[in-house]
Amino acid sequence: MPQWDLANADCILVMGSNMAENHPIAFRFALQAKQKGATLIHVDPRFTRTSALADIHAPIRAGTDIAFLGGIIRHILENDLWFKDYALNYTNLATIIEDAFEDPSRNDGKFSGWNEAKKSYSFESWQYEGEFVPSSLAEHFVNTTESFSDQTKRLQQGPTPKDETLQHPNCVYQILKRHFAPYTPEMVERVTGCPKETFVTVADALARASGREKTGTICYAVGWTHHSTGVQMIRAAAIIQLLLGNVGRPGGGILALRGHSSIQGSTDIPTLYNLLPGYLPQPHGLKPHHTLQDYIDHETTPTGWWHNFPKYIVSLLRAWYGEAGKTENGWGFEWLPKIMGDHSQNPMTLAIEDGLIKGLFLLGQNPAVGGSNAGLVQRALGKLDWMVVTDFAETETASFWYKGKPVQAGELAPKDIKTEVFLLPTSLAGEKAGTFTNTHRLIQWHDKVVDGPGDSRSDLWFVYHLGRRLKELYRSSADPRDLPIRYLTWDYPVEGEREEPDAEAVLREINGYTWPDRRQIEDFKDLQDDGSTACGCWIYTGVFPKNDHNQARSRKPDGPDGPGTHLGWGFAWPSNRRTLVNRASADPAGKPWSERKKLAWWDAEKGEWDGYDKVDFSTQKAPDYRPDWSKEPAGMDALSGTDPFIMISDGRGALFVPSGLKDGPLPTHYEPVESPVKNPLYGQQHNPTAKIWDRPDNPIHPPGDPRYPHVLTTYRLTEHHSGGTPTRSVASTAELQPEGFCEIAPELARELGIENLDWVVLSTPRGEVETRALVTERLQAFRVDGRLVHQIGMPWHFGWNGYATGDIANVLTAVVGDPNTGMHENKALTCHLRKGRLDRPGKGD
Amino acid sequence: MKPIRRRTLADHARGFLRDWSLPRQFRGESPYSDAAKSSGSARLRPRLEEADKVGTNICPYCAVGCAQLMYAKDGTLIHVEGDPRSPINQGTLCPKGAATFGWLTSELRMSKVLYRAPHSDRWEERPLDWAMDRIAHLAKQTRDETFVHKLPDGTVVNHTLGMASLGGATLDNEENYLIKKLFSGGLGMVWIENQARV
Ligand code: SF4
Repeated sequence: MPQWDLANADCILVMGSNMAENHPIAFRFALQAKQKGATLIHVDPRFTRTSALADIHAPIRAGTDIAFLGGIIRHILENDLWFKDYALNYTNLATIIEDAFEDPSRNDGKFSGWNEAKKSYSFESWQYEGEFVPSSLAEHFVNTTESFSDQTKRLQQGPTPKDETLQHPNCVYQILKRHFAPYTPEMVERVTGCPKETFVTVADALARASGREKTGTICYAVGWTHHSTGVQMIRAAAIIQLLLGNVGRPGGGILALRGHSSIQGSTDIPTLYNLLPGYLPQPHGLKPHHTLQDYIDHETTPTGWWHNFPKYIVSLLRAWYGEAGKTENGWGFEWLPKIMGDHSQNPMTLAIEDGLIKGLFLLGQNPAVGGSNAGLVQRALGKLDWMVVTDFAETETASFWYKGKPVQAGELAPKDIKTEVFLLPTSLAGEKAGTFTNTHRLIQWHDKVVDGPGDSRSDLWFVYHLGRRLKELYRSSADPRDLPIRYLTWDYPVEGEREEPDAEAVLREINGYTWPDRRQIEDFKDLQDDGSTACGCWIYTGVFPKNDHNQARSRKPDGPDGPGTHLGWGFAWPSNRRTLVNRASADPAGKPWSERKKLAWWDAEKGEWDGYDKVDFSTQKAPDYRPDWSKEPAGMDALSGTDPFIMISDGRGALFVPSGLKDGPLPTHYEPVESPVKNPLYGQQHNPTAKIWDRPDNPIHPPGDPRYPHVLTTYRLTEHHSGGTPTRSVASTAELQPEGFCEIAPELARELGIENLDWVVLSTPRGEVETRALVTERLQAFRVDGRLVHQIGMPWHFGWNGYATGDIANVLTAVVGDPNTGMHENKALTCHLRKGRLDRPGKGD
Repeated sequence: MKPIRRRTLADHARGFLRDWSLPRQFRGESPYSDAAKSSGSARLRPRLEEADKVGTNICPYCAVGCAQLMYAKDGTLIHVEGDPRSPINQGTLCPKGAATFGWLTSELRMSKVLYRAPHSDRWEERPLDWAMDRIAHLAKQTRDETFVHKLPDGTVVNHTLGMASLGGATLDNEENYLIKKLFSGGLGMVWIENQARV
């Protein structure tokens, strides 16, 4: 949903986010909604400016979000507050699941299918009765190696098994009721520490924003993703929104508030190991991905939009390998490297430390501050043969060899460190042209206005000219393994004395064109799987629909009387649709649920969908369309006119997820990997599938370890940005937040004899840091299972470079991750706190 | 002919008092209208008037995507402000967005390539071309030493586990595209990651 659409919500739950401070400009829309009468709720371990502006602040212990959200789901089901016409028609609520499925409450906290030896689940018992449902590719998660291929063809032979009366004991409705039955208000209070009265007020307010006339939104940020159960927290929000009918409607949805200017773009056009552009899976060495045909057979879903998958991969290969790609060689498919497992940042740190990785490019990232177990990161960098850093100033990472922790501690001297380091100055936005994709999928162009100083260059320049050099070095190689670099298409025009590559030429390739005559393609519906189209990222098709039409550059907002979807401002993928699943803004017959919440509707006269937004559906598919099962329909033909979730193979919002998630089809409360208490809900303490790299340089302590009694959560500040270099090096922001600190509650401060602004030392099994104490009532202790648990908060932006400095919070955190994404758990761990300072050589006060 | 009378100090003082906005405001004239003006303020011109170039920019910090206007004169940036047309920020910026000018003009910015040789205890300035050649050489060498064409079971993998790349969430889509294309599609690197998991 677009951020401005928040203003149309009747209730907003901000959870896992401190929106007022970290996405301040977007928060204006939440306040506009509040001014119009919406209830604004903040659920968070800390009392922040978001809480101050909310109608309700519900405090919870860090890492217990699923217990809270599970409580809301139970509240909705037990009190029959769900939106019946929506959930029955648009979700898999009535679908029947295999008999063999067993809930964690019967298995001490684990679902059926657990394999103790492999520490993972097999998904057979989670399937629809008699059918295998492939995971939607867009949800292609780390290490998904399971194969369903042939079995999934059943989806083409008839509707999925359902009991519309919801009586069948294994229909999703009944499974949900059983699964969330233990999440009573009393249990919510016991686990999260939030008073049950406050919890019930929140659940009621949210449930009231539902039905034909009302919608509600849930906003989250890294306060949800940075957990070993992060994906399931978002899943719990999705269940709430699907039950309440709040997906695809104005003022309804889940708004992910992401952190960097183009973090969405770098996910869509992924500088990520497991994806190719447009959410196509990177080929995997342990999967049946030997040839293009194997890969297509294995990854194409028989039904739903992803059935078009072959067109997207073939067009990508055409864009990358040009005329070297032929039908016989699968358009060059074998030249794509295959992954072997998890190659994300956490294991990357360890692979550097272990000497597997010898060379490292750091393009605008600062892992010496931002990486988990930052002390280990800094040590590991010294194991590299070479490291290239492109940034606008010297980062902590670039200076690890003379200012890093091991050097400061006297363990190592620069002469002991072999790494050859290059630090290249970069141009910034305004000094180069290109596009960013913001958090709501909006692609916006930015102009070049001035040159960057001296030898600074864009990263586009760096990569283009590095590629040019490498192609030259490999030009005369006859070795077959050098074919990919030799054949890689790399003919971008350059401009000016600096020979800056033309960013528009790159965006034209991303958009796609016909092959070989290079006419721009206007819509991804026109992409082909026969080599006649080339396309760098199929979901971006339409951003450059004509040779001289860059839609990302368009700056035409709606006027005050316009529909407010601002279709003329930039370009939102896919196909300029601003709200995904917006077919669900109309009832099954295609009429808007209400005049007030109108977005898309079926125009029977014209025989097509119309609306204020571009419809996220087949434009001419009538609401009464039903698949003709006798013909074994494939792709979109297998979805009826009332199946709005076109990227999912049965077209239904997934309350229950049969495949694609490593840790279960439903969210379940597990304690963080490092927790002060035993899991009050199940025998299973933490997510059984969590990625835990417990090794001597990354030690993890057991639950309830008395050495580390306090909960620690890390967070961000308005004035600083992530790893901090772009704000700690700027006078105004550094002046506003000049040094690191941690927040502690007055009770804990009294207990330990700590006064405001005293130096304190925080420690975990990975390391210790010193910082100033900010004693504040914004943090509070919780009574959990009869014990008082204190929480400490520490911003993680600081480092030793720039005008604003401080110890690196990530020295405390662990290399531990969510099983689905590999995301670390830096929002909930435990630590020790004492008054005093670290004994460091050469420090002043 | 009228005799010329030289202005005395008292005349200057009276003139100043007449011109000064504060006494007029104290006398009850509106501080939102003429009483806010003086001959000094009438002479003031907006800095933006001097700009010979204006471009649209998108805030380089967070993912809200606030639009900005950037003004330059003679190739030097002179001002950055929120773009009032944007449906996202309607001209506003938060403290980070408002620091964009300070970021681009920060004294801590580098303009030269710095190089640290193995085991050295200092940075040295190096020409950009030299650095690019050396980096290309090292990348080729590491790739050639670590490239795996086939696994022992015959599976073609065409990858190198010996090189990694980190970063991208602060970069343009076009930059990310070329990084992935060159590093993955060209060189066979699999350790390619960005801030999306941080
Ligand atoms: S101005 Fe602030 S809220 Fe807007 S994009 Fe920049 S950092 Fe984000």
